[in-house]
Amino acid sequence: MAYLVVFAPLIASIIAGLFQKQIGDRAAQIITTGATISAALASVYLLIDVAYGGNARTIDIVSWMAVGQFEVNWAIRLDTLSAVMLVVITSVSSLVHVYSWGYMADDPHRARFFSYLSLFTFAMLALVTADNFIQMFFGWEGVGLASYLLIGFYYKKESANAAAIKAFVTNRVGDFGFALGIMATFAVFGTVKFDEVFAQIPEMSGEILTVFGMNFQALELIAFLLFIGAMGKSAQFFLHVWLPDAMEGPTPVSALIHAATMVTAGVFLVCRCFPIYEVAPDTSAFITFIGAVTALFAATVGLAQNDIKRVIAYSTCSQLGYMFFAAGLGLYSAAMFHLFTHAFFKALLFLGAGSVIHGLHHEQDMRNMGGIYKLLPATWILMIIGTLALTGVGLPIVLGGLGFAGFYSKDMIIEEAFAMGTEGVTFGMFAFWIGITAAALTSFYSWRLIFMTFHGKFRGKEETLKHAHESPPVMLVPLVLLAIGALFAGGVFKSDFVAKGAQSFWGESLPAGAYSDYKYGDYGSGDYTSGDSYGEEDHADESHSEEAGYGDEAHGDDHSERHPTWVLVLPVVVSAGGFILAWYFYMANPHLPGRIAATNGPLLRFLQNKWYFDEIYDFIFVRGTRALGDLFWKVGDERIIDGGGPNGIAATVMAGARRLARMQSGFVYHYAFVMLIGVVVLALVLIAGAGV
Amino acid sequence: MLDQLPILSAITFLPTLGAVAILILRAIMRGEDAALLDRNAKGVALFVTLVVFALAALLVVEFDACQPGYQFVENAGWLGDLGISYKMGVDGLSVLFVLLTAFLMPICILSSWKIEKRVADYMAAFLILETLVIGVFCALDLVLFYIFFEGSLIPMFLIIGVWGGQNRIYAAFKFFLYTFLGSVLMLAAMIVMFIQAGTTDIEAMQQFAFAESLQTWLWLGFFASFAVKMPMWPVHTWLPDAHVQAPTAGSVILAGILLKLGGYGFLRFSLPMFPDASAFFAPMVFVLSIIAIVYTSIVAFRQTDIKKLIAYSSVAHMGFVTMGLFAMNELGVQGAIFQMISHGFISGALFLCVGVIYDRFHTRDIAFYGGLVHKMPVFAVFFGLFAMANVGLPGTSGFVGEIMTMMGAFQVDPRVAFGAALGVIFSAVYMLTVYKKVVFGQMTNEKLEGATDLGRREWINLSVLAALTLYFGFITTPITDTTKASVDALIQQYQAALVTDVEPAAGEAEG
Repeated sequence: MAYLVVFAPLIASIIAGLFQKQIGDRAAQIITTGATISAALASVYLLIDVAYGGNARTIDIVSWMAVGQFEVNWAIRLDTLSAVMLVVITSVSSLVHVYSWGYMADDPHRARFFSYLSLFTFAMLALVTADNFIQMFFGWEGVGLASYLLIGFYYKKESANAAAIKAFVTNRVGDFGFALGIMATFAVFGTVKFDEVFAQIPEMSGEILTVFGMNFQALELIAFLLFIGAMGKSAQFFLHVWLPDAMEGPTPVSALIHAATMVTAGVFLVCRCFPIYEVAPDTSAFITFIGAVTALFAATVGLAQNDIKRVIAYSTCSQLGYMFFAAGLGLYSAAMFHLFTHAFFKALLFLGAGSVIHGLHHEQDMRNMGGIYKLLPATWILMIIGTLALTGVGLPIVLGGLGFAGFYSKDMIIEEAFAMGTEGVTFGMFAFWIGITAAALTSFYSWRLIFMTFHGKFRGKEETLKHAHESPPVMLVPLVLLAIGALFAGGVFKSDFVAKGAQSFWGESLPAGAYSDYKYGDYGSGDYTSGDSYGEEDHADESHSEEAGYGDEAHGDDHSERHPTWVLVLPVVVSAGGFILAWYFYMANPHLPGRIAATNGPLLRFLQNKWYFDEIYDFIFVRGTRALGDLFWKVGDERIIDGGGPNGIAATVMAGARRLARMQSGFVYHYAFVMLIGVVVLALVLIAGAGV
Repeated sequence: MLDQLPILSAITFLPTLGAVAILILRAIMRGEDAALLDRNAKGVALFVTLVVFALAALLVVEFDACQPGYQFVENAGWLGDLGISYKMGVDGLSVLFVLLTAFLMPICILSSWKIEKRVADYMAAFLILETLVIGVFCALDLVLFYIFFEGSLIPMFLIIGVWGGQNRIYAAFKFFLYTFLGSVLMLAAMIVMFIQAGTTDIEAMQQFAFAESLQTWLWLGFFASFAVKMPMWPVHTWLPDAHVQAPTAGSVILAGILLKLGGYGFLRFSLPMFPDASAFFAPMVFVLSIIAIVYTSIVAFRQTDIKKLIAYSSVAHMGFVTMGLFAMNELGVQGAIFQMISHGFISGALFLCVGVIYDRFHTRDIAFYGGLVHKMPVFAVFFGLFAMANVGLPGTSGFVGEIMTMMGAFQVDPRVAFGAALGVIFSAVYMLTVYKKVVFGQMTNEKLEGATDLGRREWINLSVLAALTLYFGFITTPITDTTKASVDALIQQYQAALVTDVEPAAGEAEG
């Protein structure tokens, strides 16, 4: 079963890729889609088996590298954490495969496209099922490769090629950190296997590693380096620049890779290595900080973008920020919960955007849209569901909370950040307030997207409007399924991911989190005890937290009592505020944004230009490298090394050697002659030596 | 069973017999049908190299990987009075290089099928080159080694000088200056070694403990030669020129085999014979390796000549080898050997890819190309695969060598691994950029319109190399298990030599 999940997409990809000429586009589509769907079904079975049946296991396939202590196997590690990822990856991937039947119907290179999609799926599966860092790195770079291929899928477009390279190289910067993290892990622990590394952590907590003359806490350093990798893959602040450009790829790709799966690999990495992060408080604080800054930064940039896909891309970036600050605060299961729900509603939004783009004949600029809800009613409703889920609409307090997927996962992260903040965890309060602010911004830009795209007057060309059409069922069905996920994934799975079922659900793979003991929707007599009982718990100590968790169950605390009411209500209120503001700007006074744009204020320009990151990076890195390259080449190699060495000598010798040079192979004889002399000298010395 | 037969001599000298046969053929057929002669010459060359490959494969199969010492040893008196003998043998360090050479040769012959100028001579030159290179890996006598080592340059000179590009004289001259200096110093070191040890037997010399002060000088003498061969920064500038001027098959051999002579030399001489000096100079080698990796990667990024770009990338990849070797731990050394073998496949394949388009358009200028994928999709796939392997993508053999050497280096000094890992970023930059410029985009140059995709021979060559690159990317133990015993023995001996010496030297090794 596990083999089926991992290898079916690979085999399908190879068949579709290598034999596309022989089997044709249609067969390639059927094979890849069929393989992915069977993998999805098998994944569901595996999740049930692993999470509810308690059958966590690791299957060793074959040895990859074995040099001394350094032993790496190809393996499939199945625990709840990887099984959840399997379900997310294969289900979203299946839907994207199906959706692409419609979206890519006119593309002459469909077979190649499907081959890449399946290749990506395989790499992602290899990543999450790794039982060691090296295989994870394989998947890590493998998804980077697939992403590179898919972003650059329209290879005739210069911008697509540039975006593909940018994505790959930026990811490589992250991978640089990841690779060093792996090396440090091996240097400290003498193994790269997860279980063996984690088992040794208690003994190694005092270990010191000296790099560049500075002493580092080995575990902090490892945690930090690994996180650099996560920053690259998950497009966190400083290394986020590739993600918006990645929208050059076909839209289904954006949904699968740049929203639901690949970009969440960084969150997965941190969760997978939680035993390391738990004993690395400084790095965890750093993660919280970067996550929070990303959440805010990306949301602000999202406000001012006009490309429909870029808005969603920045939104993804921002939501990843939420996941990271949750992980940084030690709320690993909450981070995974948000990853899980986010996969559904963000894929929904992307595919919905794809449906709009498809319906409007590849128009992506929202300024050229508007008022098309009547033409694309199904897409409109589905996008609204996605937006409701993203903005976390729901009713706090009532029945312990009731709402769309994002309401459970995102608001929960915000609330728990508050709890962490009151406990004094570094950056806890910071993350809470940024979470609140970003939630307001999220709501604003999400509704702005809906209003600009579907409402008001159509602002594009008449020609486009005339041919505007709703998408075919093959595209809408995946959207509907994702919408169901966006509606119910939060409510249905809350108990298992982060509430009372979490303890048994995650098993060993992830700490259930302190909040799991507070029974949502179960009215108890509990008093607000988070101060005390929660305070005792050091989230740095898993076993401790479990104990404390069981102890607390007697209290029967309830969600609404765990946090002050205003903390529960605030996220929903600010989201509503964002909605109202967006409505005011884009529905009530549709001329207002235009007027603001006309003033071209510095803030707007700052946001539209994405805080000038691209320009700064271009100046420092791209031009810097070019200049350095020319310096090394023209000055270093040609002037100094060659000029001082061979050419300098050459110039003097050349004159005498010109006669030889005219002969085709003059130097060969010259050289042979020298060698002969050498042998003669050697022989003479030997004879002399023997004579003595 | 092979122990009784002189299989190493057979592998080594069979190509020479082939070359002689071709030259006799040429003499006999003088004045007759030139095309027939060419065909015969090619046929003989291909046949001989394939037989040699089969023998080499048999050698590796029969090779006992558990045993660290030399196997298939042949020893015959030669200049007996002087202690010089004809001694051949292989161990885990060398046996795979013999196979690699024997494997790449038929590919070179196949890729040279369209050579038109003096075909018989060309084939003979390649066969003689094969003899000399395999001889280097098998020689267990200092004099024998020296003759093979230096002799291997002569056919290479001929190949560049006669069948090379327009600026071949300059390239040959540069090559000459560098190697001349290196060989003279190595020769001097060898003479001193003989006087000291009283023998030219390599096996015996490895047991001989050279005085520590002397080691430094001997090490430097050998280093001069091997560093040029590798090539290490800053004596690398001959390589791009030599590659640019060499014909395709010449580049394949140059990058695939001849560069490895330097790395092999370190393994066979510098590390086991001069352990103290190696430990003393290791930090310097690390610095040079990192410069090679980072500096040449950045230079590669700015190249406009595709062959030069790949040549620079070779220098960077050889930086991983020197780094791994002087880390002197199991991961480092195994990784270095793996990297050399893997680089033999990958760089060879990349030069073949360049040869494919050079044969069609006769230019190496990157700007000339663009949008080749429209006309040559199969080529695009192969070139893409090897570009990714060159970048060190996991799942290709390029990754294994890089990660192992970096891991080995990290254990010695994290700074070294840090520097090397930077190079990994740059390799992605230059390789993807050149790939984009050549393969992707619109086809704007109408001269490219007539491009045809891979021919049969090109397809065979590239797919064999692709299969190996992928196979050893996923399963590495066939290589590392073969080298394991010898590498372990080498490291043990090295460590033992350091421990018995005074403390400061040992301190250097760990520093």
